[in-house]
Amino acid sequence: MPQVVAQRFPPPQFTETSHLLPVPTEPAVRALWLDYLDIGVLIAALVLVSWLVLRRRSRSGVVGVGIFSVLYFGFWRKGCICSIGSIQNLSQALFDSSFGVPLTVLAFGLVPLLFALFFGRTFCAAVCPHGALQDLVLLKPVKVPNWLDHSLRMLAWIYLGLAVVFAATGGGYIICQYDPFVPIFRLSGSLTMVLFGVSLLVVGIFVGRPYCRFLCPYGVLLGVAASVSKWRVRITPDTCTQCRLCEESCAFGAINKSAVDAPSQPRATDKRRLILLLVLLPVLIAGGIGLGGLAGGTLAGKHRIVNLAERLQLEESGAVQDTTDASAAFRAGNNSIETLYADARALHHRYVVAARWCGAWIGLVIGLKLLSLAIVRRRTDYEADQAHCLSCARCYRSCPQELQRLGLPVPETPKPANG
Amino acid sequence: MNRRNFLSGSLRGSLMLALGGVLGAITGRAKARNTVWQIDPFQCTQCGRCATECVLELSAVKCVHSFDMCGYCQLCTGYFEPDPNKLNTAAENQLCPTGALVRSFIEDPYYEYTINEPLCVGCAKCVKGCTMFGNGSLHLQIRHDRCVNCNECSIARACPADAIHRVPADRPYQFKSRERKS
Ligand code: SF4
Ligand code: SF4
Ligand code: SF4
Ligand code: SF4
Repeated sequence: MPQVVAQRFPPPQFTETSHLLPVPTEPAVRALWLDYLDIGVLIAALVLVSWLVLRRRSRSGVVGVGIFSVLYFGFWRKGCICSIGSIQNLSQALFDSSFGVPLTVLAFGLVPLLFALFFGRTFCAAVCPHGALQDLVLLKPVKVPNWLDHSLRMLAWIYLGLAVVFAATGGGYIICQYDPFVPIFRLSGSLTMVLFGVSLLVVGIFVGRPYCRFLCPYGVLLGVAASVSKWRVRITPDTCTQCRLCEESCAFGAINKSAVDAPSQPRATDKRRLILLLVLLPVLIAGGIGLGGLAGGTLAGKHRIVNLAERLQLEESGAVQDTTDASAAFRAGNNSIETLYADARALHHRYVVAARWCGAWIGLVIGLKLLSLAIVRRRTDYEADQAHCLSCARCYRSCPQELQRLGLPVPETPKPANG
Repeated sequence: MNRRNFLSGSLRGSLMLALGGVLGAITGRAKARNTVWQIDPFQCTQCGRCATECVLELSAVKCVHSFDMCGYCQLCTGYFEPDPNKLNTAAENQLCPTGALVRSFIEDPYYEYTINEPLCVGCAKCVKGCTMFGNGSLHLQIRHDRCVNCNECSIARACPADAIHRVPADRPYQFKSRERKS
């Protein structure tokens, strides 16, 4: 509600000089063609990396593009807008028809997913500046125990659910608020976030790409797309001879072991476990819905309008005497408190509904995860897990077939453990 | 192997349809234009967060002057402390902590107040003085030569008056005098 401008003092009447009133300057916004250039660079980098990973099988090429992406999308473009954050703009647009999304956001949100459907996560290999930065600091990879790896990966699914809830209800962009690397790209930011980013990088010297594996919500979507991709990373250029040399070469725990010589479980136990988990699935989903309903109110409190309404209610009832900047600003404009309360109630309701959906989602994800762990697939080759493989091309040169192909010396093949 | 290929092929097809669906749903409504963040000067309550909440070390928010609203007062309430020791332009009598507001004599009794932008930190002290006791011609704006156009402006998140919104990039400033006329 624009307040009437107070014109307390009359404008000047210059009589002695012919002084002209200056006008304030208007520094221009970033030129549109630079936005289109960003989209062009994104697509070109995706094409290049897909070719380097799947055709050239060149790790050094991937590293080169990675350095470029860190410099261009990271330090030059300052990490904004990125594909990870674009999830939020897209969700907000899907749930709020008055919210428009420019072409850059659409391109950064959808093009990498489209590429993942055909070529796997080549975006993660070297185009995403967040991933490329972490890839560059990974010097001494250690193996994360399987159970820990699987559990931590759940965090990213939960993060995705929460980010969509907040974006869809207009409650803010949590992916941007808690982005660890953008403060590094910008060389400024709040102390907590800078410390978070730096410590992730320090951890990332030993644990391969912690943000990508355990937190990144966009990585979740890319993983889903990549799991049905048309082409994919093949560790061996030829046929797998079960030499096991590649087994530990992946820094991200994304190589599925061949099950040729794994002892097989008795079928009956397998079946019983499966039935148990199938029964558990609806229980997990129901539990998620219940917990979501409880958490909805708390989440709603993060929304500006709900927060303000709660504060005003306290002030009106006399429970608190002073005002906050927000409540004072609200009272200064001639706003109706009843409308605000009504808005807050509607928002509260929306949050509870959204949190229930989110709870159901988390329950479903945990249930499906347990199921997928229980189903033993008969693999005959050492393969990269399509959803988790980041297409970094590290494993290629651990395969003796690849070394042979390149004409490099092949190390002695060790005997299979129980062969 | 064949069954698996067929399965992943059809899943791939449905995911592509889903992507197309998102694209169609969002572009269909044609509001897709570029936006930047800007302060609505009529909503701003000069709380001072603009100086501290921007992700940049030195805020992208600066004071601007809508000169055609200014009274060119000799005793500018945006320039001087409310109770100055002496009426001179000594630093201790100035509201602006960085001396970014420049006072220059035009003709009796008029003075012009301009902002030395590199010095301004966007603290809104002058804006508050001008808005409370003067014509309100000084006000804050996000300057797009500095702003990096964050996906979510962190000042907007912190602003108690909900004064910062996305505006169309082809109309990136909201000067008080112009907004009043329109
Ligand atoms: S997992 Fe996320 S952060 Fe990592 S490279 Fe992929 S999109 Fe980037
Ligand atoms: S944060 Fe909002 S109210 Fe405070 S000075 Fe900035 S625009 Fe004005
Ligand atoms: S008082 Fe604050 S907002 Fe005004 S010119 Fe000085 S630094 Fe800028
Ligand atoms: S968009 Fe970012 S850089 Fe611009 S004013 Fe807001 S916080 Fe500062």
